[in-house]
Formats: sequence, C-alpha cells, structure tokens
Amino acid sequence: MSKILVIAEHDGQKLNQATARCVSCARQVPDAAITVAVLAADPAAVAAQAAQLAGVTEVVTVAAAHNAHALAAVLAPQVVKLAAGYTHVLAASTAFGKDLLPRVAALLGVPQISDAMAVVGAYTFKRPTYAGNAIVTLEAPADKVLVATVRSASFEAAPGGGSAPVRAVAIEASVPAHTRFVSVSAATSDRPDLASAAKVVSGGRALGSKENFELVFRLAEKMGAAVGASRAAVDAGYAPNELQVGQTGKIIAPELYLAFGISGAIQHLTGIKDAKTIVAVNKDAEAPIFEVADIGLVADLFQVIPELEKALAK
Amino acid sequence: MRKILVGVKRVVDYNVRVRVKPDGSGVVTDGVKMSVNPFDEIALEEALRIKERGEAGEVIAVSVGPDDAQQQLRTALAMGADRAILVKTNEVLEPLAAARVLLAIVQKENPDLVIVGKQAIDDDAAQTAPMLAALWDRPQATFCSKIEIKGGSATVVREVDAGLETIEVDLPAVFSADLRLNEPRYVKLPDIMKAKKKPLDVLELAATGVSAAPGLKPVLTEPPKPRSKGIIVKDVAELVDALKKKGLV
Repeated sequence: MSKILVIAEHDGQKLNQATARCVSCARQVPDAAITVAVLAADPAAVAAQAAQLAGVTEVVTVAAAHNAHALAAVLAPQVVKLAAGYTHVLAASTAFGKDLLPRVAALLGVPQISDAMAVVGAYTFKRPTYAGNAIVTLEAPADKVLVATVRSASFEAAPGGGSAPVRAVAIEASVPAHTRFVSVSAATSDRPDLASAAKVVSGGRALGSKENFELVFRLAEKMGAAVGASRAAVDAGYAPNELQVGQTGKIIAPELYLAFGISGAIQHLTGIKDAKTIVAVNKDAEAPIFEVADIGLVADLFQVIPELEKALAK
Repeated sequence: MRKILVGVKRVVDYNVRVRVKPDGSGVVTDGVKMSVNPFDEIALEEALRIKERGEAGEVIAVSVGPDDAQQQLRTALAMGADRAILVKTNEVLEPLAAARVLLAIVQKENPDLVIVGKQAIDDDAAQTAPMLAALWDRPQATFCSKIEIKGGSATVVREVDAGLETIEVDLPAVFSADLRLNEPRYVKLPDIMKAKKKPLDVLELAATGVSAAPGLKPVLTEPPKPRSKGIIVKDVAELVDALKKKGLV
C-alpha cells in the first residue's frame, strides 16, 4: 500500500487549487492513503478546506510562526521530518512546489520526478522534457521515498465532499534564520487566476503595444476569463511577467484558450497543449498556432476582437 | 565578495525541433546543434554584472558533461568568465548527481555565491539550484528577477505565481536565474580569441567522488500525443457558432 504525503500550497487563508489537482494525481496511485500536510502560522482554515477534498484520508497541520511565509529553506527540514513513514511526497509543480520539493528530495538523498503528468504505476510516472516534445516514463525504486512535483494542467481538481480528520503535529526541526521573507507584490485584480481559470484570453506580439493589449483585458473581462500572454508580448512590455504562458511561464489547461496574434512558438504551445479547446486568431495562415488550434480564424485581431465583443454581448 | 560560481550546461539548442528516437530510448542528439542552456547564460551575465560593479572578484564557469562541453565553457569565457572547470563524464547525470558534483567544486573553491539557470531546456527539471542549496546547507533564491548584493547578504526579487516576492538571504547562497533577470551580452570576436587563452581545467567525474548511477530508470521516451485536427472558420459569426455548439460561450 502507498502512503502519500501531499504538501498543501496556500496563502494562509485559502488552499491553492493546484493542491486539489495534486490530490487527484495521488488518487490515481493504486491503493493509496493520502495525507495532506498544511504548514502555516495558523493552519485551521486551510486544513478545513483540504479535509473536504475527496480521497484525502487525513490532514496533518504544523502550526508555527516561522511558517507564515513559504520559504523553502524553512519548510524543507520540516517536510523531511513529516515524510518519515510515507512512500511518496508530492506537491504541485508551481513556483511553490518547484522551490520546495527539490530541496526536500536532496535532504532525503533521493532523486525527484519533476512535472509528473501521468501515473503509470505506484512508482512509475510520465513527465514532459524538451518543452513537452519528448515524454519520458520514469521508474523510481520502490524501496525509497518517491518525491515528485505534479503538473497541475494534467489533472482535474479533486472534488469536495470529503471529511478527513485533521491532526495537529509538533515537529522538532531546526529552522534556519539565513532566509527571510521581505514582501510579496501580488498583482491584485478581480480577474480569474490564470493557472486555474476555465477560460483564458491570450495575446501575442501582434497586439503591438501595451495600449492595444487592453483589448485583450477588455474581452477577458466581458467573458469572465483570465488573461495570458506569449513570451514575445511580455518581452515587449505589453503584459506583466506573471501572465506568460509556456515552457518558462505557466502551463495551463483551461476549457477554452483564445489566442490572439500569437504565432505559436513551440515553447508557447507546450503551455497550452492540455487546453480542451484552442481558438487561434492570426493574420498569418501559416502560423504554427493553427496546427494545434481546434478552431482557427485567419483574420486581423483588431477587427475580430470588437466584433467578438459585440457578438457575445447579444 | 571574492568568487561567484556559475553553472553552465550543454544542451540541445533552443531552436532545434527535438525528435524522439524510434526505439523510444531517448531523443536524437547526434549531429544536432548544441548550446549553452539559455538560463545559464542569464546566470552568467548576472555574475559578470556583479563583478563589473566591483562587488565580486572572480567568476568561474563550471560544467558537468562530455568533453565537448568545453565549447560551451569557451563561450562562457568569451562572455567574460575568468576561468572554467569541466567535470568530464559521458554519462547523463540526474540533477541530484549534478548538484553533488557542484557541491564538490563548491567545497574546493569556497564561492560566496553560486548562480545557475532556473531550469535546463533539455530535461526541464528545475532541480539543481535547490538541491545544491540543500546539500550545502545554505539559502536558496530560485527564479530570481532582481539581485542586490549588500555585503554579507543579498536582497532578491523572485518570480512567483502571484507576482513578485522579495526575500533576503545570507551569503553564501545559491540563486537560480529566471528569464527576466537580464539580457545576456553578445560575444564579440576579439573576446572569443581572448577566451582561448583563459584557463579551463578538466577533471574526471571520479575525482569528485560522485556516482553517475541514475536513481530513476527511464523506461520509455515517446513523442507527445498529437491534438486532433481542428477546423478553420471564415468569420466571427462562424466562430461564435462553433463556440456555442461546444457550450463555451
């Protein structure tokens, strides 16, 4: 039997949806008991949300003032202590998980599987390499703890309806003082979160300016969609960094992805491959984005966006 | 600070369309253009800028890989690194082994800072920086988009999912460079000539005492599943109809 420890990602109040997707991955491991660990200053609210996820056997909480902010150097020694007795340690392959889990794996002296995208067996997972152009199946040794980050876009969020018990644990681990949180400047907005949104409207270099990129924001707002951008658009300063979709940005899997003026570099396509429906609007009929688009429209985005706004307002 | 160590990985060039071998044993690398991992170039550029500001004395480029990785180290030297070290092996090392090799070099060189790319564009693992920091028992700052050195510590802005996070770490530490930390300089011809005279030490992997034996067994490498063929619509009205049919608007 597998005993899986999932490290919860949260902001102190809300459990990140990426953790629910990570739990879904854990549920695909045959015969698994799933424990979600919440490390926080005050874990109660997040633990209550984790306890509701279907398939979760238990929630453990570690309350400590030094867990107020997710610093890998502070969390890793605690996760190592928590990991005793577990067969797997998983976290979402987000900035949080990518920062924390390799540190945990190295402390445990085991390799890590990054971006697990499919469960083949209890110790066998698939992961993407070369910007998703080569999928590798990896087998980990069954006599060691398996540490893996989970590619959120490859798994649906685990539904609610569960009622797992919550247990507080105390951890004796020396926590370093060499790493200190200063601040976080979250780009606050009322728009849906790009990583978990059902619909995403995305713009590329063809938007031509920051002012023109407002068209994308406006359409997204009308559609209740999140906003994404290609690397070219971010490089040009049309959109902020955190909106970049692709190999080096966010990997997303919305129900609908609307790409305006995005040519479709391979590094961008890897970020949207798991979208259910991809719509591409581009003047260039030869643009590679049309190779992956479910619906393509060869046209000028500056005409299409206003027309689309009007049509959707009806 | 005295020294900055920079990791330089030899990878398949960014512009190469990678093909999977028909027998599923890996990807085709024979005859394919190889380059410095783009994120490692950014790491090196940052180290050079820190040195040029007078905040570091020496920049050392380190690679772990085949003999041919000397080419990528020469590029690093041409960009401005003072010297280079190649830990030679024909085995493909997992990130944990690469981190152990870097640790061995770190223990020999005692740098004040190690900077590597946030990920290599071949295995896309993004593990080496945190693993080295863990083994070294030092702070890490991954996905850096801004680095300010302040004596014995550094203030670093990190790209996180929500936006930008600022942390402060004591040195020595391990940083991983994100895309927008800087724009690496172009190498000029005279620099390439100069780089030929800079020291490049080659040592065998065995000299570091690190085992190349993989912890994970690659069972199969396969191309991704293609998406099913889409349709082309002629105008916005048809587009909206198609979206409505799918229940998406």
